[in-house]
Amino acid sequence: MADFQTPALREYPIIPLLHEGTMAHSRPFVAKPEHQASVGFPGELVENWEQKAVDKLGELVSKSRALQVFLDSCVKCGACTDKCHYYLGTEDPKNMPVARQDLLRSVYRRYFTFAGKYFPKLVGARDMTKDVLDEWYTYFHQCSQCRRCSVFCPYGIDTAEISMAARDVMDHVGLGQKYSNEIIGKLHKIGNNLGLPEPALRDTLEGLEEDVKDETGVDVKFPLDVKGADILLITPSADFFAEPHIDGLIGYAKVFHAAGASWTISSYASEAANFSMFIGSHDNLRKVALRIRKAALDLGVKRIIFGECGHAWRVAYSFLNTLAGPFEFLDPKYPVPQHICEYTYDLIQRGKLNFDKSANDNLVVTFHDSCNVSRASRMGDMPGGQFKIPREVIKACVNNFHDMAPDTINESTYCCGGGGGLLTDDLMELRVKGAMPRMQALKEVVDEHGVNHVAAICAICKSQYTKVLPYYKFEMDMIGSVHGLVSKAIRLNPVND
Amino acid sequence: MGTINVSGKDIEVDEEGYLVNRSDWTEAVGTEMAKIDNCDLTQNHWEVINFLREYYDEYQIAPAVRVLTKAIGKKLGADKGNSKYLYELFPYGPAKQACKYAGLPKPTGCV
Repeated sequence: MADFQTPALREYPIIPLLHEGTMAHSRPFVAKPEHQASVGFPGELVENWEQKAVDKLGELVSKSRALQVFLDSCVKCGACTDKCHYYLGTEDPKNMPVARQDLLRSVYRRYFTFAGKYFPKLVGARDMTKDVLDEWYTYFHQCSQCRRCSVFCPYGIDTAEISMAARDVMDHVGLGQKYSNEIIGKLHKIGNNLGLPEPALRDTLEGLEEDVKDETGVDVKFPLDVKGADILLITPSADFFAEPHIDGLIGYAKVFHAAGASWTISSYASEAANFSMFIGSHDNLRKVALRIRKAALDLGVKRIIFGECGHAWRVAYSFLNTLAGPFEFLDPKYPVPQHICEYTYDLIQRGKLNFDKSANDNLVVTFHDSCNVSRASRMGDMPGGQFKIPREVIKACVNNFHDMAPDTINESTYCCGGGGGLLTDDLMELRVKGAMPRMQALKEVVDEHGVNHVAAICAICKSQYTKVLPYYKFEMDMIGSVHGLVSKAIRLNPVND
Repeated sequence: MGTINVSGKDIEVDEEGYLVNRSDWTEAVGTEMAKIDNCDLTQNHWEVINFLREYYDEYQIAPAVRVLTKAIGKKLGADKGNSKYLYELFPYGPAKQACKYAGLPKPTGCV
């Protein structure tokens, strides 16, 4: 464990006193020239970068009315100040959403507003200097773009948009973050964040078929690159690699099996994640999304279903059609795309799945709402479906379920602390401290209701929990996939048709 | 970027201590990397490291944690075929820490 203090969990949550500069040292590794090149950005700080950064900011503002409104409309009311998990966990005032926004807003004001151009000091406008750039790099990599603050902002100012814009500007002048940019480059080259080539993927999937056969005696298939399959499953590559993610993948396969569905994974588009959103890069966002379109066309599928990945579902639900549509070649009877929880929920509603809930009787379960699912998308055809549907799927599979405190779930959910491109070891202090509000809420249900399992539908959340739970004296295997619970409880009767 | 010194030779590693050139790897390099992390490599560690290297040679990627646990379970007995055992050997996470000592790149993504 690293050399920092894990925040204390208290009897009840408090708003901490300010400690200026406690996280001023936190900087993720800088992308190397080859990582930058792989995503189309200059390898190092370019000549005349100050002017280029200002020009880029101007371009972004002129293209996005939303960004301009967010930069113009803050009245410093303070409603957001205590809503950020990173502020609550680090006590650094620059992690208050308004302060984070102002890092960029002050530069915007200097170059793009009348008052800032002529009376910069009066309006807190700042020149684009190296100190400012360094501060951006530090504090815009302490925002997981979870958008909790925007729920509480009376103007709806979305800090995530500002943080994405700042990262985009930095990338354009040659200052990128290694973690995100290396991964996006790998995705362009190999098809997934891990760099998992087709033979390894095939081997892993075959291994899973054996495992499930050993466990259940049933031939559950994990098809890869099957032309003419009805359903294309797009899932985070962590589902092929990490624990507890892989239990979720096994769950999806069992559901497809029980439904008698024809489905396939694509080795070309073997990734749901699209980190391009984290760095605010539209070009990369589109390039990644187009892989999914190409795979769907090449395999001739009728439907696209996304596995458990938080930000991927935002990209899928909110942007896929504009990025890579229209999907007129898919079956119009089904939503494009569909979430695996919607798919499983629908089967449950229609009585198509059988469960033995007692298989999960060793667990008292709570559900962690992932930011991007909760605040940037929906499931099903009713408001709040993104909260209800995963919970209904869980409740169909377990006898013991308790939600965490109301102000920490649904649209007010706390980030796991690792979202938005921050799930990297070089930000471990930030990740542990940022997890504090979530861990505080978890501790309450652990103490009061004996909760011993957290289910989630996001690969980042699952990995982040695995890492930070032990810092808060919880077992690392307390976190699981929603479809891991499904996998345990589902009874695999022979397919009828 | 930095270097580690193994038997009088400077070997290039990245910010997190992973080898820059995979061909620089020798058992002594793995041992030295572990020593830097205050970890003494036992025969049990080497079973994991060797499996990772074999798998990587075939597939150009580290195995899924599940593939690794299964293989170790087959080799060393069912009681060792679980991630708990692997975490005891490699407390920073079997995938990442063992890959480092095996001279393989760090697994990237949501892992």
